[in-house]
Amino acid sequence: MDLAELREIGEKERTAQKPIRVHCCTSTGCQAANSLGVKKNLENTCKEKKMGDRVQVVGVGCMGFCGRGPLVQIEAQNKLYEEVTPDDAASIIEAIAGGTASAAEGDPEHPFFARQMRIVRETSGKIDPERIEEYIAVGGYEPLYKAIHDLTPSETIDEVSKSGLRGRGGGGYPTGLKWATVAKMPGQQKYVICNADEGDPGAFMDRSVLESDPHRVLEGMAIAAYAIGASEGYIYVRAEYPLAIERLQKAIKQAKKYGILGSQIFDSPFDFKIEIRIGAGAFVCGEETALIQSIEGGRGNPRPRPPYPAQEGLWKSPTLINNVETFANIPAIIREGGAWYAGIGTEKSKGTKVFALTGQIRNNGLIEVPMGITLREIVEEMGGGVPNGKVKAVQTGGPSGGCIPASLLDTPVDYDSLVKIGSMMGSGGMVVMDEKTSMVEVARFYMEFCRGETCGKCIPCRAGTVQMYQMLTKILNREATLQDIVKLEQLCDMVKNTSLCGLGMTAPNPVMSTLRYFREEYLTLLKDSPNGKVPAGTAASITS
Amino acid sequence: MQSTAAKSDEHEKSDPKEKKAATEHPSGDKRFKVLDITMKRNQYRQDALIEVLHKAQEAFGYLEEDVLLYVARNLKLPLSRVYGVATFYHLFSLKPSGSHTCVVCLGTACYVKGGGEVLASLEKQTGIQQGETTADGEVSLITARCVGACGIAPVVVYDGTVAGKQTSEQALEHIKGWIK
Repeated sequence: MDLAELREIGEKERTAQKPIRVHCCTSTGCQAANSLGVKKNLENTCKEKKMGDRVQVVGVGCMGFCGRGPLVQIEAQNKLYEEVTPDDAASIIEAIAGGTASAAEGDPEHPFFARQMRIVRETSGKIDPERIEEYIAVGGYEPLYKAIHDLTPSETIDEVSKSGLRGRGGGGYPTGLKWATVAKMPGQQKYVICNADEGDPGAFMDRSVLESDPHRVLEGMAIAAYAIGASEGYIYVRAEYPLAIERLQKAIKQAKKYGILGSQIFDSPFDFKIEIRIGAGAFVCGEETALIQSIEGGRGNPRPRPPYPAQEGLWKSPTLINNVETFANIPAIIREGGAWYAGIGTEKSKGTKVFALTGQIRNNGLIEVPMGITLREIVEEMGGGVPNGKVKAVQTGGPSGGCIPASLLDTPVDYDSLVKIGSMMGSGGMVVMDEKTSMVEVARFYMEFCRGETCGKCIPCRAGTVQMYQMLTKILNREATLQDIVKLEQLCDMVKNTSLCGLGMTAPNPVMSTLRYFREEYLTLLKDSPNGKVPAGTAASITS
Repeated sequence: MQSTAAKSDEHEKSDPKEKKAATEHPSGDKRFKVLDITMKRNQYRQDALIEVLHKAQEAFGYLEEDVLLYVARNLKLPLSRVYGVATFYHLFSLKPSGSHTCVVCLGTACYVKGGGEVLASLEKQTGIQQGETTADGEVSLITARCVGACGIAPVVVYDGTVAGKQTSEQALEHIKGWIK
């Protein structure tokens, strides 16, 4: 297939599309609220009213406003309906021809939507993720064609380097540098791995990208494979995401059928095939060396680095591992150029980031915002704040991150600013907590998580997380003394500095950040703090 | 273990044509056929172990010792390795689960929105703790780290169907028919 043929497929698809497309979300969140029933009734009404010649009901991916699903959108009329029930369907179709829909109408101009800048999610919620033709119709796979035919592998890497894109899995390592390292390694056999083992509780960006636009991820992987000289790739996806797996499988099949994956892609000597590997529920497998072990069929135990996977990865071959969102950025970077991407965001954090905004907040869902936006803009303007009460803290980065107090809401969201205040970007989970939340309990919640998820290979992590959990329990049971808090801090320090992999190194973060910002809460729970009061003198001496 | 190793040696020496006969499970249980197909599709590659265990759990409901032995023998892996992998991953279960499963998500978003209370009331109603199955084998109560549907927290997955914004009352109502 050449470019003209690819464009012809897109053109054919666009001509076949009806002028009015009724988008009905079919992602996990909305499906759980019976969006498939809504979609069926929308289709039936269309048929009954004989509107099929100009109205088309399309099952699309996530539109972002997951907390108010099922969502139905009519783009041509700038209409968005929220919490739609199957009974509302008929009135929505009738409203197209004039009339009022019984479903609650949302505001597409609300800051939740208006403040977003969509690159990764540019077509999410607008196209049917189960049809490759729809992806091609919006210009999909043209960047891959461009890379293969107009750019050399090193020019492709240059564009990515120029874009300033950093790994979206949380680490923030420069993507271009990673690609260049793998490309430089000797050896014929190289691999590309997409890390779709989104284990962070409170995060669902990757799930949404895979469910809403699987072809974008495949295209990003193919461009990466071309750039580094790999012919095989793996997507390691969580078993907890059955819909994402199903849609990926479909997408791979379709791409193969069109000759976009497989051998001699776009009539070039470039071959690339992708296999799906399904995880089995282990948080540590998000760590790259553990993930490789798991793909090889073993226990997901991490190993010390170096050698890095870029030098010695899957089956001892040089391996490029990037996160779903990182790959999903690539097609746009190749299409628009690295310089364009570098114009977005802050000096050291370029582009946009997708966040899962959840917890005690009015507007729950997925947002994609340019880096550098402040937490306050996200939580208060876009998220609409806490329904009853005030924000107490925002937890970012999952078990590897920390709790940011309300007083620091003006912090800009970028890799370095978040690390500076003791949290991290992580993969992009953002859980808002209101004043009723006990921060000590939150810390224990994360420690319970880490205790259960440690692979057990290194002692600091295996024993340290258990000890920390017990100490936090002791505090919550009002049996601890000030001495225990000092011990807890020492333990945090030790686990952080001596663990083998990222899981252990970051496991103390939720404890450390809550101790830093919500110390009084710990102190009021101490044994010698009668009636929940801070013992005189002690607070001042250790709060500093 | 001894016998497995011996069998595996025997297997290696045998003619490839006899492979099918050599691996067929003596019980004649049809579900082992599913495993055969999966292993064959993966060319009996050892790195397909997790894939095969997924299929086995799907077919049998859990990974009984017999199944682990069968997989180990066919992929020519030591049983210790197969057992090690099966116990490492949370999704694999070595115990049978109930006819109905109720998975309460305890991800952060669900947790701060009351997932813990939903779990507590389910535990009270069923009389079992998380991770257990009722004595009559009807209901298994499981917790999940995060099912990635945080926008509609708190989430409970009833027999594979995701339900969002659950309250204790809704959850109890849902499992009413499951408890005898």
